[in-house]
Amino acid sequence: MPTESYAPVLPPPQVSMSLLGWLRLHLFSTWYNTLLTLGLVGGLVLVLPPLWHWIFAVAHWQAVTINLRLFLVGLYPSDQVWRPGVLLILLAWLCGGSTAPNHGMMRHVSAPLGAGFVLLTCLLTGSARGIVGGAALALLVGYGLRWRWPHTSRLWHIGWLLSAPVVLIVLGGIEGAGLSPVATTQWGGLMLTLLLAAVGIVASFPLGLVLALGRQSTLPVIRWCAIAYIELVRGVPLVSVLMMFALLLPLFLPASWGRPNTLIRLLVGMTLFTAAYIAENVRGGLQAIPRGQYEAATALGLTWVQAMRYIILPQALRAVIPALVGQCISLFKDTALATIIGSLELLGIAKTVIEQAQWKSITGGVVFEVFSFTAVVYVVFTYSMSRVSRRLEHTLGVGTR
Amino acid sequence: MPAPQGKQLGSAIIECIDVHKWFGTFHALRGCSLTVQEKEVVVIIGPSGSGKSTFIRCINRLEVHQRGTIRVNGVTLSDDVRHIDQVRREVGMVFQSFNLFPHLTVLDNVTLAPRKVRRWSKPDAEEKAMYFLCKVGIPEQASKYPGELSGGQQQRVAIARALTMEPKVMLFDEPTSALDPEVIGEVLDVMVHLAHEGTTMVVVTHEMGFAREVSDRVVFMDHGEVLEEGPPEQCFTQPRHERLQTFLSKIL
Repeated sequence: MPTESYAPVLPPPQVSMSLLGWLRLHLFSTWYNTLLTLGLVGGLVLVLPPLWHWIFAVAHWQAVTINLRLFLVGLYPSDQVWRPGVLLILLAWLCGGSTAPNHGMMRHVSAPLGAGFVLLTCLLTGSARGIVGGAALALLVGYGLRWRWPHTSRLWHIGWLLSAPVVLIVLGGIEGAGLSPVATTQWGGLMLTLLLAAVGIVASFPLGLVLALGRQSTLPVIRWCAIAYIELVRGVPLVSVLMMFALLLPLFLPASWGRPNTLIRLLVGMTLFTAAYIAENVRGGLQAIPRGQYEAATALGLTWVQAMRYIILPQALRAVIPALVGQCISLFKDTALATIIGSLELLGIAKTVIEQAQWKSITGGVVFEVFSFTAVVYVVFTYSMSRVSRRLEHTLGVGTR
Repeated sequence: MPAPQGKQLGSAIIECIDVHKWFGTFHALRGCSLTVQEKEVVVIIGPSGSGKSTFIRCINRLEVHQRGTIRVNGVTLSDDVRHIDQVRREVGMVFQSFNLFPHLTVLDNVTLAPRKVRRWSKPDAEEKAMYFLCKVGIPEQASKYPGELSGGQQQRVAIARALTMEPKVMLFDEPTSALDPEVIGEVLDVMVHLAHEGTTMVVVTHEMGFAREVSDRVVFMDHGEVLEEGPPEQCFTQPRHERLQTFLSKIL
């Protein structure tokens, strides 16, 4: 009878493998694979035990533990360390509030960031459980508020905007207002590194965006200016940009301007430098958007600004998240260059600690201990950033199938 | 002007007079003139590269014409951005490659322009959007992303997106050319329905069946010129121009 009949649905072939089978397939499949495996194992046997011995028996980790506060906040006065502590609590609260329970992409950034702030309070305050508890509590309170009122993202954005001046004022202090002034030259350690990186990233992004759009502009003067800026800045090493801003710029400014703060000069230099790279990343994203998207948007009557805001940039930026995060990571590490103009951020502090008199009696000093600690700190931060980037991409990938 | 099926046509809404367009040195449009009246369905046919798409893309200024006059709903197109915006608000367009916004849901695709350009409230825009999504037969897909839909469904969303702006004219630029053969019908059905409702439409297409059965007037273009226009039965059965005869003999 000629009825419809389909081919039978078969289960996929079973792949089950014993440990031995897995080993044979992946590690000892061919003679050169076997050789490679044995060579690697041999290498690890040679390296690991002495490394283990050094970490747990030889290394003078007290160089790090004794100077922990120095690593965290640099020369910030010890009786004023509560100020960064309080700021961490504030930032943890903002992070909690920016973590919308079920939606939004920012929660992938704010949640780990908040956890990071709480961890930092742990390190900063050592045994002072009160402040650590305060930070954790602030994080939860912020989260609770957002959970109760989920549609308040705009308020939290304003909170973040206000946090920048608050951080600077609280750290810098105000004359006669109960907050004794602390010169920016005394700011240091991880605090300064994070500050440089955060301000650099946040400030260079809008500038980079404007430059990228300028480079795409149909108005020749704007386009030429953007291209000239981008190519000029990208053609110069960051070190020389920083040198110029830190050492040469004051000489060229009118005397009445005085000497702008070194920290500000550093930040301006880093921001201007990074903006050029961000502009190129964003341009890559813009070019990846098909012409049809512009046409559909304008055919619907959207203005250029609206088309950019709602159609083009959301897609373009999403496409270049990996590159943008790469730029953030790069900027985070580049803050170490501030050392060469005498700034005591994380790496600067590391060098100071190595020079401390008490370690001079040890053969070889504490160079390895201090630098490996610093390296671990950098890796922890950069790895976290790339994890966050992966999660962002994953979330944003939803609409682009 | 011809008005078959006893259809009552309104006043002229698109007037193109002696429109010229060059791409570099290539003379793409060589003095095209066309008048479209309200409620009229005009189908533009012609070999590829004949300037059909360029011509209708000039009507909402996706291409800039260099000579001649284009007047839409009484507004003459010039470099004045306000005039361009005015025209685009009244002209809906459906593209060959759909051009839906992949990062927005179907509903957001449809409501974006009404909310941002017409400044409708979100509930109003969504109500209107659902009305038109129902009309094109896919209300149940409203919360999906374009990438999750078939080509035919995407093109129907694109039609709903253009309609929700309540334009006075709809331009269709080869709306079925990128579709799989089995889903062309569902898009054509929607267009036939719109035509019967009295929507003013200018359609560039290779679907001769649609041109023959639905259009009020057929316009034949070749090498950037409008060579012949008239009611479909006349154009298809007694083509006067030699090049239209050759074109029809190749495709029919």
